Amino acid sequence: MAAAPAAAIFAYRWAMKILVIEDDREAADYLRKALAEAGHNAHVAFDGEAGFSLAADGDYDVLVVDRMLPRRDGLSVIAELRARGVTTPVLILSALGEVDDRVTGLRAGGDDYLTKPYAFSELLARIEVLDRRTGAREVETVYRVGDLELDRLSHTVRRAGREIPLQPREFRLLEYLMRHAGQVVTRTMLLENVWDYHFDPQTNVIDVHVSRLRSKIEKGFGPPVLHTVRGAGYMLKAG
Amino acid sequence: MRLPAVMKTTAARLSALFLVLFALCAAVLVAYMSSLSVRMLTQQTQDTIMAEMQGLDSAYRRGGLPMLVRVVEVRSRQPGANLYLIADPNGRILSGNVESLEPGVLEIQGWTERPFAYRRYGESEAARRALRGEGEDAAAAPQEPNRHRALALVLRLPNQMILLVGRDLGEPEQFRDIVNRALVLAFGMMGVGAFLIWFLVGRRALKRIDAVSQASSRIMGGDLTGRLPVTGSGDEFDRLSENLNVMLSRIARLNDGLKQVSDNIAHDLKTPLTRLRNRAEAALAGKPKTAEYRAALEATIAESDQLIRTFNAILMISRLEAGYSAEQTAPVDLAAIVADVVELYEPAAEAVGVGLRAGAVAAATINANRELVGQALSNVVDNAIKYSAGSGGAPSVSVSLARKPEGLVLEVADNGPGIAPEDIERATERFVRLERSRSQPGSGLGLSLARAVMEFHGGRLELSPQNPGLSVRMIFPGDSRRHDEA
Repeated sequence: MAAAPAAAIFAYRWAMKILVIEDDREAADYLRKALAEAGHNAHVAFDGEAGFSLAADGDYDVLVVDRMLPRRDGLSVIAELRARGVTTPVLILSALGEVDDRVTGLRAGGDDYLTKPYAFSELLARIEVLDRRTGAREVETVYRVGDLELDRLSHTVRRAGREIPLQPREFRLLEYLMRHAGQVVTRTMLLENVWDYHFDPQTNVIDVHVSRLRSKIEKGFGPPVLHTVRGAGYMLKAG
Repeated sequence: MRLPAVMKTTAARLSALFLVLFALCAAVLVAYMSSLSVRMLTQQTQDTIMAEMQGLDSAYRRGGLPMLVRVVEVRSRQPGANLYLIADPNGRILSGNVESLEPGVLEIQGWTERPFAYRRYGESEAARRALRGEGEDAAAAPQEPNRHRALALVLRLPNQMILLVGRDLGEPEQFRDIVNRALVLAFGMMGVGAFLIWFLVGRRALKRIDAVSQASSRIMGGDLTGRLPVTGSGDEFDRLSENLNVMLSRIARLNDGLKQVSDNIAHDLKTPLTRLRNRAEAALAGKPKTAEYRAALEATIAESDQLIRTFNAILMISRLEAGYSAEQTAPVDLAAIVADVVELYEPAAEAVGVGLRAGAVAAATINANRELVGQALSNVVDNAIKYSAGSGGAPSVSVSLARKPEGLVLEVADNGPGIAPEDIERATERFVRLERSRSQPGSGLGLSLARAVMEFHGGRLELSPQNPGLSVRMIFPGDSRRHDEA
């Protein structure tokens, strides 16, 4: 698993304005640089108070908030922002990794939760999925990527007009990939969103599911649409 | 204000408190009893007076005033506590056995509202003689010995003459005094008794507390194996000691767990860390090409990921084993978890030639943490797939769920090479990777984590050899009451 090529793959896309609230200066600096390399514009705050005022005033696309911060803890920053009507998506970073820590974080108003230590590619993929400008697909009933078409109401998948029979789980897997078409989706994101489990499966179980799905939607059809992003995950993309 | 030393003991304070409470209760009781007896005796006195009055009334009707005077004269001479008096409209005493009265009594019409003082006829000489020696005016001494107190009914006859019939209160008042004295005595005895009982009981309690306190001092001194004394009487002191002992056991266990974790970290994380360092060092040595750098960095990342995984697993196991994990439980459909995990692992199993299938699965909803149970089962299934893969024949893993007498049994059975019986015990210990599995990926913590999850749910993990293969049974208690309370 290599993180290096990730930046190159992400670089072609839109630039997001991201605020990182993290008290470990080295980690914060690394994040700022890595996000900049991925084509995004990241600001950094080193404590809860500074982070709160920046987040409340600035027009950010995504906030990355550490849970344990000096002067004001991360959850209270998020809760206060939500109370003031700031709806900017929040990714919580935490060294606490138990299931209930995640639940607490999400309940406080966070949108996603990532446990330290994490791979940067995982963080980047999750940040990009959080961006509201790409989230409009929630309301669409039919997803289309190239000649691949998924109807969420009739639960049918067609490619080039031909219906592809899928198992229910395969359908949900494809649905998630298509909702985030053009974005990198990591294995843990798939496990969380398609299977609703948050543990580390230790083996390549997700890869096997993806390759089964891939063979169904690609074999006998045109160009590949389900790409493997080395060191990161998968991306559904036409062409 | 400083309390005397004895008052600093809980026993003495409790005794004092109970004494005060007891005294209050007794005082209320005495007051009630004495007022009740006074009322009763007053009632009795009034009844007697009423009866006398009726007798005089009928005499008056029969023979008018002369008859009345005669009857009064006769009755006055009879011994007893009754008083009779006839006076003219100005209050001058004409007849009866009363020599003088408290002023104002004859102005009353009807019952005297409170007892009044009077002097009986023929007693004044003796009284004067008694008082003369002290040189005091007899009339000025309200409490002179021969003045009595009485209750009376005063009537005006049609000719404005005054008729008084009364009864001396000496008897009832004596009776009341006796009741009061008895009650006060009883109260005193009860108070002393209460004090003694409470002092003794309190002293006993104090001694037990002292014993507990001494034992805990010893334990604090470093003897964590020490336990508090339990007398076996099952009283609240025993329960306290038992609970504290359970707490001590848990502390000891936490302590051991912590020690084991640090040992494990020291011992088992050092190896991959050293490997990591060596790899970086090797990459820097000589003049490697970019591709070699890349390969070294990729290997470094992979190794770090594995380290993180191991580290997370150690933390999770410790937290679960310590039992202070904050994880919540909720009703969970075990059958659904089985279906999820089988479905999740089935393609991966197939890819390595292992048939993974769900056998008989009973419907079962228990209180559990879905994530933890899911993770435990996936670890066990993962393990079974890894062990049975490539074992020749038709490797297969089957997952079943059944309600058995010992509880809900979630069984993962494979037909791989299994584990040698002598290794079974060690298989779920942390970091134990049996010789032949060293080449397999993973932290070696899968089964340990599964066991910790099972114990967290009040259940257990059992490994038993099959012929061929291994059966791992995750046994949940039939009723997971422990978590209903959570």
